[in-house]
Amino acid sequence: MATVVYAVGDDVSTDVIYPGRYMATVLPAETPQFAFADDAAFNARLTAKQVPPGSVIVGGKNFGCGSSREQAASCLRGYDPVIVARGFARIFIQNAINLGLRVVICPTIEANEGDELEIGATEVVNRTTGRRHAVVPLPKARQAVIDAGGLIPFTRRRILAG
Amino acid sequence: MGMTVVQKILARASGVPSVSVGDVVEPRVDLAMSHENGALVINQFLEIYEGTGKTPQLWDPARVAIVLDHRVPAESPKTATNQNRVREFVAAHRIQRFHDIRGDVGGICHQILPENGYVRPGAVVVGTDSHTTSHGALGAFAFGIGATEMASVWALGTVLNVEVPATIKVVVKGRFKKHVGAKDLILHLIGRLTAEGANYKVLEFHGETIKRMSTSGRLVLCNMAVEAGATAGIVPADAETERYLCEEARVTAPLTRITPDADAEYDSVVEVNVGKLTSQIACPHTVDNVKPIAEVVGRTVNQVVIGSCTNGRLDDLAVAAKILKGKKVAANTRMLIFPASGKIFRDALAKGYVATFMDAGAVVMNSGCGPCLGVHEGALGDGEVALSTTNRNFKGRMGNPKSEVYLCSPAVAAASAVTGAITDPRAGGR
Repeated sequence: MATVVYAVGDDVSTDVIYPGRYMATVLPAETPQFAFADDAAFNARLTAKQVPPGSVIVGGKNFGCGSSREQAASCLRGYDPVIVARGFARIFIQNAINLGLRVVICPTIEANEGDELEIGATEVVNRTTGRRHAVVPLPKARQAVIDAGGLIPFTRRRILAG
Repeated sequence: MGMTVVQKILARASGVPSVSVGDVVEPRVDLAMSHENGALVINQFLEIYEGTGKTPQLWDPARVAIVLDHRVPAESPKTATNQNRVREFVAAHRIQRFHDIRGDVGGICHQILPENGYVRPGAVVVGTDSHTTSHGALGAFAFGIGATEMASVWALGTVLNVEVPATIKVVVKGRFKKHVGAKDLILHLIGRLTAEGANYKVLEFHGETIKRMSTSGRLVLCNMAVEAGATAGIVPADAETERYLCEEARVTAPLTRITPDADAEYDSVVEVNVGKLTSQIACPHTVDNVKPIAEVVGRTVNQVVIGSCTNGRLDDLAVAAKILKGKKVAANTRMLIFPASGKIFRDALAKGYVATFMDAGAVVMNSGCGPCLGVHEGALGDGEVALSTTNRNFKGRMGNPKSEVYLCSPAVAAASAVTGAITDPRAGGR
């Protein structure tokens, strides 16, 4: 069981997840402090370590749209949450998978902050509302990168093999 | 079954006779572009090699381009240090296509690449910037990727796990009214498709209007294709593409035209007749919140911006100069103009546009991404409204979540700077 710590609507852009003015900070380990920086309350909960690993952030359609900045994925990865969204923008979900940030595509997800979710391979069960929501599996091609633990170890293996 | 332009490009680059939508391929990369975030790419690239006993080596330095543009000149010690890290790497790995902060060869990456003839029809172009879609204007398959993905490209020379995207055919007919053009067309299209309407798909542009459109206008269309979620936008190479590359970018190598098969399979076909289109405005805080200008005329604007990888080209500046000639920017309105490259800046000087802008009270700034993404110059105050020819208006985009950004064409921006409020350039007998 995992708790929803944050729920946002459709089209949440990478400018909202990681505002451009912090883009001078590039190293993945240094980015988490600026996650959702323009939402002072949620950012404070994150940085005060009040959001345990495995917590759920629920998004609407087109989560992570806009800029390709990888900081938007690395800043969240620092807290090791699960992002359950109705849909993801292409570059964001690719960055997330490459960095080992857990993402679940769940086109009908409805959940509010505080809800308890059971996240399975084929469905997400919202234990608070009692509703079940089907999961769209990630493309098989992506699974190989996830299984390798991210793109860096995946490509490292390719180099060693080749 | 026939293939679309992108299918043909992917088949060639992947060494297979044909590909279908949904196939997973690993295309060879013809050009890999980064900007300041090259600093992160370098970090990830070196990490790939950690513990392998192998020396980190670019697969082909001649196919790597790095353009410093996002925060130029550096706005902070941190950025300056990152930029130095990029310079050291460029020197160590002998990257020739490096565009530093310079008046002669510098500028915005999505202008520098076409301007220098780095992009060719049929090429696979990847960039660590979402607006890499711009280069589809020259008939290339060009798309944005993240920094770690780029690190992998630098090592392998291929993009891993590319799913062949479906294609939406966009057919554009009709002649634009005066002061209406490519920016209005793409804003209108994004409004129709919505911000996620083309997610994971390609927008392939066709029709008499596109045939007549300059490469500069096509760059505007493909640049903003990503704002409808598209993986890429593409205009099949034609006579205009060859004119631009040979005459303006001084390319001498033979060029190939790749056109879609007559029986290519499209996800859908969208038709637009621009004959009656008026100026379009994307209202806060999403790019698909598009309205005809008549619905927002009169909105007070505090700052007008002309520039960026979308609308900082010479023809954009020409339109603005014509409207601003002999006029003044309204009191209480600031106007900032950022030419897209050093070359464009010089051309604008030679044509007298810069003098016109300065006489009008506009501030002409160095080429670069400038205020578009809120990291550098031109921040907005609390409650302020910007009207900009850039490509995004997300909350906080220009650096202040308590401000609003409206997006428009250069003609609307110039006309509005004079009045201090959103103004239709077609009004007032111009």
